[in-house]
Amino acid sequence: MSTIDDGIQEHAHSYHHGGPSAGKEDHGPWKHIIGFVISLLFTALALWMVVAHIAHASMLFAVILALAIAQAFVQLFFFMHISESHAPQWPFHVWMLTLGLLFTITVIVGSIWIMSFGTESY
Amino acid sequence: MAMADSFVKSQGSQSVPLEYTHEEDALRIFGFWIFLATDLLLFASLFATYSVLYRHVGHGPGPLQIFDITGFSAETFILLTSSFTCGLATYSMHRGQKAAMMAWMIVTILLGVSFISLELSEFASDIARGATLQTSAFLSAFFTLVGTHGAHVSFGIVWMTLILIQLAIHGLTPTTARKAFIVSLYWHFLDVVWIFIFTIVYLLGVMS
Repeated sequence: MSTIDDGIQEHAHSYHHGGPSAGKEDHGPWKHIIGFVISLLFTALALWMVVAHIAHASMLFAVILALAIAQAFVQLFFFMHISESHAPQWPFHVWMLTLGLLFTITVIVGSIWIMSFGTESY
Repeated sequence: MAMADSFVKSQGSQSVPLEYTHEEDALRIFGFWIFLATDLLLFASLFATYSVLYRHVGHGPGPLQIFDITGFSAETFILLTSSFTCGLATYSMHRGQKAAMMAWMIVTILLGVSFISLELSEFASDIARGATLQTSAFLSAFFTLVGTHGAHVSFGIVWMTLILIQLAIHGLTPTTARKAFIVSLYWHFLDVVWIFIFTIVYLLGVMS
């Protein structure tokens, strides 16, 4: 195991000293920084819109929900590397997650729909 | 993608990140994605319960009375930042920088601990104001949903600490890289769940 570890250190070392492999990608974790900035902006925007009451409740809720969904995609693509294609099973994890998302929407929207009939009288 | 490319180049003959070098590790990462899909269903059920019950406050306090905007905003920004630092740990791992990776993991753990501390003090002040799990349907749903997420984060803190110890002992190997990658997936997933708690529970709560 130590040989692999050393190998990596060695590669990382030569890489940082600008061998032939050094190039445009050695500028830092920009993908993560962009993802983080988008997350901060969207969260602050949603918070500000609610505190400032900039629209009617239903409209406001639709907008902040859209911001939340956008942030979930930022996490998936910028941080969780969902689009990486190194595993032989790729892209089945995307289908698993899509199925999970489909069930999630069905359970939540279905529950609200069914329970909205007459529950206010209880 | 740029990151994957950079790794390919920095690794020379190896064409995949360390955590994917053995087929078994790649399979375990795939298996963890399946777990995340099922964990999503657990939260789906709790979100559905909350959505149905959040107006049923009974004689207890409603969302407006117990939600503190400064408090839940601080929790949100702390967890967002921890997801970012966790991403930086993965980034450092892909470059073979073990020390930087471990440092970012420690920052992530500390942010996780401060998130949990804030959440516990929030729960304690709710209970002090007579808002307990037994008070109303709204509060039962609220504490179950937010508490389940908090339990996940607490578990994540312990888990990440154990991976950190393994990294210190065994170094950066395909096995420890796979373990660290999986715990990072778990951590980012919890951030995604929190974004929806922030929006659907807290923001919707202070809106009405």
